[in-house]
Amino acid sequence: MVSDGDWRAAIGLPTLQYRARVMGEIRNFLSSHGVLEVDVPVLGRHAVTDPHIDSIATLGQSTAGFLQSSPEFYMKRLLASGSGDIYSLGKAFRAGESGARHNVEFTLLEWYRVGWDEHQLMAEVAGLVAHLWPEVGSLTLSYREAFEQYLNMDPHSATLSELQQVAAERGAERWREESRANVLDLLFSLCVEPLLPRGLVFLYDYPACQAALAQLYKNREGQQVSRRFEVYLNNLELANGYFELTDVVEQRRRFAADLSVRAAADKPLVEQDQRFLQALECGLPSCAGVALGVDRLIMQLLEISAIDLSMPFSWTRR
Amino acid sequence: MANYSTNEFRSGLKVMLEREPCSILENEFVKPGKGQAFSRVKLRNLKTGRVLEKTFKSGESLEAADVIDADMQYLYGDGDFWYFMEPQTFEQHQADEKAVGDAVNWLREQDICVVTLYNGAPLSVTPPNHVDLEIVETDPGLRGDTASGGTKPAILTTGAVIKVPLFLEQGEVVRVDTRTGEYLGRAKD
Repeated sequence: MVSDGDWRAAIGLPTLQYRARVMGEIRNFLSSHGVLEVDVPVLGRHAVTDPHIDSIATLGQSTAGFLQSSPEFYMKRLLASGSGDIYSLGKAFRAGESGARHNVEFTLLEWYRVGWDEHQLMAEVAGLVAHLWPEVGSLTLSYREAFEQYLNMDPHSATLSELQQVAAERGAERWREESRANVLDLLFSLCVEPLLPRGLVFLYDYPACQAALAQLYKNREGQQVSRRFEVYLNNLELANGYFELTDVVEQRRRFAADLSVRAAADKPLVEQDQRFLQALECGLPSCAGVALGVDRLIMQLLEISAIDLSMPFSWTRR
Repeated sequence: MANYSTNEFRSGLKVMLEREPCSILENEFVKPGKGQAFSRVKLRNLKTGRVLEKTFKSGESLEAADVIDADMQYLYGDGDFWYFMEPQTFEQHQADEKAVGDAVNWLREQDICVVTLYNGAPLSVTPPNHVDLEIVETDPGLRGDTASGGTKPAILTTGAVIKVPLFLEQGEVVRVDTRTGEYLGRAKD
């Protein structure tokens, strides 16, 4: 419904100025750390294979493609061609994501550090957030420690039926058939995320079934986990990072696994991005990368409860 | 009946959950960056009034409940049933004790109430937010005591007992908030 004042931005001048300042400070911070800004396409020929990320298709014979859900593949092509450390501060799009913490178009900061591992990159994320919020506290836990602390169970050794049972007890009776990755996400969102302390929380060593594009390894307990981390700020998911997968054979296997999950869920199958695979074949340098939601960062810095009020024109105002 | 998918869930929508009619109170879209999207939904069971919290995968759906809210005039009660009339059609509906519930304390003949019908039968009754009712019994008023802030119990025509200021007398008409049962003031005619 269109009402009279709707042509105006949802935010006033102070928030608009604050947004500009945050974007400027992000650029200052990263360029002073020797990271090069790159502006990569938002309209690409391929969508990602992630089973739970839906891209927005564009029409027209000569422009058929997808609004990009992240700059990752273009950035990795640059890394493989020798760019060194790079960052992108731009827009990303995800179909169907709309709510108090989601908007279909959002501002994403993504950066890569060549020769770094995920722990070095987590420290830099903490540095960036502290640059904008000097008093922020920070805590680092493994995913397993967080699960043990708030749910009293080991997420890696618990059986799928144990996890499904706990999910059912928490009001999700219909989740008895769900995959391990989905049930872990559900339990994390319902039972861990709301109880995390305020400030920054870094969670590393994500379950192997949620590796996305991170490398796998064995933790101290000998469990197979992924070198993926997530960052929470005041209980809100802020960033997601990896010690990046560089092995093209494993990458092809993950694409295939994604596509079989998509097929099982009756979701559109996605054509694999061959140029991205060629880049990996040629050689992606060992690196760590992270993507950070800038609108969510602004929400937390300004204590705004809805993402709509962190940006001038959310989808509801278009 | 139609089905509603999670992306259509919004506050006030009436759906069937485990064969019971429910009203959606809140729907929160949750999606971990790389994970499955889901909806955390708060619903009120319209029969029991209980509030439930359920989690649905995005794209799941619930059957619509044949529940409508209708403005109706309260006519009278005979001890077993309370009778309401649709002002346009003059159609009458009888509500039992379970449907009337706590509203019984605030029903004044001829007042317009919201009667929630489930499959055509009254499921619940919501009185107006504010009603004017006469005090039929209370301790004698303390004249001039308008400042001490003390209260005393008073019985209203409906049988409801509320707390009123000390200065009020039997026979006076008071305005009550039916959601809280609180005295709001003397009724203004």
